[in-house]
Amino acid sequence: MGAWMSWTPLVGAALLVAVPAVLPDWIVFIVALALAKFMAVLAVALFLRAGMVSFGHAMFYAVGAYTVGFGVKWFGLRDIVLLIPLGALLGAAFAALVGLVMARYREVFFAMLNLAFSMMLYGVLLKLYWITAGTDGLSAGLPTFLGYAPSRESLRVFLYYTTLVVTVIVVFGVYRFLASPLGFYLKAMADNEIRIEYSGESVRHVVYVTYVLSGALGGIGGVLAGFTVGHIVPEYSFWIQSGDFVFVALLGGYTSVVGPLVGSIAFEFIRTYASKYFPNEWQMVLGIIMLAIILFRPGGLWAIYEEVVGRFGRRAREAKRA
Amino acid sequence: MPDAQVLKALDVSKSFGMVTAADGITLEIQAGELVGVVGANGSGKTTFLNLVTGYLRPDRGRVLFMGNDCTGVPPRAITKLGIARSFQIPQLYTNLTVLESLLLSLAAEAGEGVAFWRPLYSQARISPGLELLERFGLRPYAHRLASELPEGGRKLLDIALSFALKPKLLLLDEPTSGVSIEDKFQVMDTLMKIVAESRLTTVFVEHDMEVVQRYSRRVLAFDNGRVIADGEPGRVLADPDVRKAVLGRV
Repeated sequence: MGAWMSWTPLVGAALLVAVPAVLPDWIVFIVALALAKFMAVLAVALFLRAGMVSFGHAMFYAVGAYTVGFGVKWFGLRDIVLLIPLGALLGAAFAALVGLVMARYREVFFAMLNLAFSMMLYGVLLKLYWITAGTDGLSAGLPTFLGYAPSRESLRVFLYYTTLVVTVIVVFGVYRFLASPLGFYLKAMADNEIRIEYSGESVRHVVYVTYVLSGALGGIGGVLAGFTVGHIVPEYSFWIQSGDFVFVALLGGYTSVVGPLVGSIAFEFIRTYASKYFPNEWQMVLGIIMLAIILFRPGGLWAIYEEVVGRFGRRAREAKRA
Repeated sequence: MPDAQVLKALDVSKSFGMVTAADGITLEIQAGELVGVVGANGSGKTTFLNLVTGYLRPDRGRVLFMGNDCTGVPPRAITKLGIARSFQIPQLYTNLTVLESLLLSLAAEAGEGVAFWRPLYSQARISPGLELLERFGLRPYAHRLASELPEGGRKLLDIALSFALKPKLLLLDEPTSGVSIEDKFQVMDTLMKIVAESRLTTVFVEHDMEVVQRYSRRVLAFDNGRVIADGEPGRVLADPDVRKAVLGRV
């Protein structure tokens, strides 16, 4: 299994790099959007590890997207290389504020308070028409890349590769985070908060730091999605969007960093094809898939993949021996 | 070595409604002491530990640690001051491996518990971690999940997690409860050897008189939230009042 597994990230990365070269434009769009949403899904997945679920993380996704919207509208700021860190910073700052309240709560209160905050933001974005243009939304415009403005034809590819580079950085960063003592405390929280406090560490601090990180991730995802879609509306902060993030985290599997990535890509394709072949019942298709995952493979798609690879690996070893 | 006072309780009291769980407890623990605490169920032994570690706040009285008032200071801060405790029911991270759990304690001790960029598995931590597991007899389980440990191992890991914090005072709540009779003395032998080697001031709560007799050098007997006897084990455990309170017979 070892040899198979060690090749997987390389093969996966190679496939992602090859997407714009070999696949049609609309698929490039879908994968880019999936990668952007992946960051927000990862934010949700961090808390799932700790046994906490958030139904409001779309708020940070919206903060990122509106960073683009207002950046373009007010400051003529449309350089994506500047807006990504800015979106991360504003997402983190927003989370640092909301997190002061959130770090005190667990379980259903954590889930619903997140929902409440995201819907408050949704309400503000919807109602402050003269600032946010309400449901008309804001236009992201065409991004520049460190001052360089690519032609309309090559823009999609530029955007795709920018997203991919950011994805690599995010995966690395979150991987490091999860390998740190704080990352392990996050996982340990699901088991035993008492022991953490009796180790002299603050569970609230663990939640808070993670919350700020999750805000930054949501912000980055929002910036990228804003540019990819080109149009920024209050729905970015809507509860259905938050629900999607939770759905995708469960679909892909939240115990690893790769799970949400696989889940995001799978989700966008399932949604695209389901709505093509079952235009009126596509949500039911998603529901059935979710049901199947929870009933049969709660570890998500990534767990299924690991299992399959494990079985193949075993068979290959047996064949070698024979 | 001159006696240095580690812990002092002054008239510490706590009631839960009609039940008085601690009734004017006054005692002192000196540096390097190995104290056993006996008492029947509900005599206030665990309540006393909870009061000292800040899990409960006394209604009356004061707790001094190394001469400083720490009455009602919360568990996290108490731990930072240097009091660590183990639990009657082991408090473990069941989904982490035994080594990971211990590395977290070592990281906390080093002030790196909330570091989020440096890895938990650092070379500087792994070898002391494995060494400590060796001393606790848990080395073979290092890479197994804590939930897979046998009961004796769970107790030892629970204590190891506290011990790794390098406390100045270690409080053990019923280290042998739930451990089979055959393993009981083995668990205690392991523990007492480690405690003796590190000259750690230790208080252990135990309802098994035999264990207390064998391992402690001073015994405190609790009954109805009061200390009814305090002294060397032979004398205290032979006291008819203590025997009546703890065993229900003389």
